[in-house]
Amino acid sequence: MVEVQNITKCYGDKKAVDNISFTVNSGEILGFLGPNGAGKSTTMNIITGYLSSSSGTVTIDGCEILEDPKGAKSKIGYLPEIPPLYVDMTVQKYLEFMFDLKKVKLDKEEHIEEVCRLVKISSVTNRLIKNLSKGYKQRVGLAQALLGNPPVLILDEPTVGLDPKQIIEIRNLVKSLGKKHTVILSSHILSEVQAICDRVVIISNGKVVADETTEGLSKALVKSNRLLVQVQGAKSSVINAVSQMRDVKNIKTEREVSDGVYEYIIEAKEDCDIRSKLFFALADIKAPILLLQSADLSLEEVFLKLTSDTNYSTKKGGND
Amino acid sequence: MGAIIKREMYSYFCSPIAYVVMAIFVFFSGLFFAVVCLGNDTSNLTYVFTNMFLIAILLTPIMCMKLLSDEKRLKTDQALLTSPVSILGIVMGKYIAACLLYLCCLAIYIIFGFVLSFFVTPQWAVIMCNFFGLFILGCALIAINLFLSSLTESQMIAAVTGFAVGLLVYLLDNAANMIPVQFLANAVKKLSFMTHYQNFTVGLLSIADLIFFFSIIALFIFLTIRVIEKKRWS
Repeated sequence: MVEVQNITKCYGDKKAVDNISFTVNSGEILGFLGPNGAGKSTTMNIITGYLSSSSGTVTIDGCEILEDPKGAKSKIGYLPEIPPLYVDMTVQKYLEFMFDLKKVKLDKEEHIEEVCRLVKISSVTNRLIKNLSKGYKQRVGLAQALLGNPPVLILDEPTVGLDPKQIIEIRNLVKSLGKKHTVILSSHILSEVQAICDRVVIISNGKVVADETTEGLSKALVKSNRLLVQVQGAKSSVINAVSQMRDVKNIKTEREVSDGVYEYIIEAKEDCDIRSKLFFALADIKAPILLLQSADLSLEEVFLKLTSDTNYSTKKGGND
Repeated sequence: MGAIIKREMYSYFCSPIAYVVMAIFVFFSGLFFAVVCLGNDTSNLTYVFTNMFLIAILLTPIMCMKLLSDEKRLKTDQALLTSPVSILGIVMGKYIAACLLYLCCLAIYIIFGFVLSFFVTPQWAVIMCNFFGLFILGCALIAINLFLSSLTESQMIAAVTGFAVGLLVYLLDNAANMIPVQFLANAVKKLSFMTHYQNFTVGLLSIADLIFFFSIIALFIFLTIRVIEKKRWS
């Protein structure tokens, strides 16, 4: 649906976006992740045709953005970082204008009403945009992107400035939109991406550092299979019992949680589920398990690891 | 393009700009008309129209200053440039909207014609020529000011440079008289808006003047498009 090939954007000597390639399949929600200034917005501006890349191509549903800009742009609904709102207009007038501007061929009144219902701004349609709160402005921006039911939606940090309830609403909305549309969503909030997206592209300093499904991402980085357990009982006998198990590679004491209760990190061989065996082994020595959980890296940790790694390796690349 | 014209007209008439511009225009037109024509018992509108050049210099920057600079400042250009409309369409939409507002201002001259018709039979052909001259002059100034507005994010700077450029093209033929080299002086004189506009005010519709003003319009609309395109590439 959306194909980005080797795009590079230079501002003078500085490369804001450096040879980025990825594809988004139809009906997929892609999370576009990166620290502030990593080149997320620049990439999105290039995909939507607002900026031109220094090199590389962007194809939207078969239309090349530079060769057939009208065709490609008519397939995109774009919500930029700052919603492009004419503050001197009412919500209704503004949406009518955007409807005309996008040359949408649906029934005007009905469609605008439907979009307003969808993003829950029906109650403010007659108010001037400059008098709306930030959350409402953001939603008017989203409404504008949805006009004409474009097959591709590009949302640049859509939940910024919303209160927690609105954030959940918008997330659910984006999720439901993903059924009919292809969505590219940028964010620097990981839990958000984890909650909404099927796939994540992480960029740092203008380079793609990961392109994975949300689950695959943490798995790929954590080669080992680690468990965090809290066991009540003598330390030496627990370590002894566990290290005798067949698939265990390593056991390490982390800390003493409370009197007689210790926390351990157990590393098992790859693709082995040792949890039930561990339970019986410890039951045999009468050492009850109080807590058992995976010690794999969270997406947060993965993200920090990925972006700080590249920061280190491309230190000369600037730190925008 | 239609959507943009509609929005700009909405923005003019839902803010004080349109009314202030029209009020100033009508006030000075009326003043010149009352003093020159009614005060001196003449139906000759030449002086009125000659003086209106200055008012056009004053008002066109006000009409155009926010057309493109505000889009950039408020980032609304992102909506325009990512919609399926060509840059020519965007620029022409804004240009035509400004020209329409200017045309609304000029409508007052129809009333002057009727006032004159109570006293004498007005020379409608001459009045139409005057009217058209002032319109095309305004259109050329609007094109220049639209271009200036595309260069900056600040409305103030767009307006002030607009005044300066307007005065410059107004005074160009006076400046030409001070140039000692003859052919250079002639060349500068040919570039003066006043030289070309004066023919209209005396009721002379010449192809050369029309081509001059149309070239100015085309040139500055072209430059405006280039400025917007350049921004995408740099």
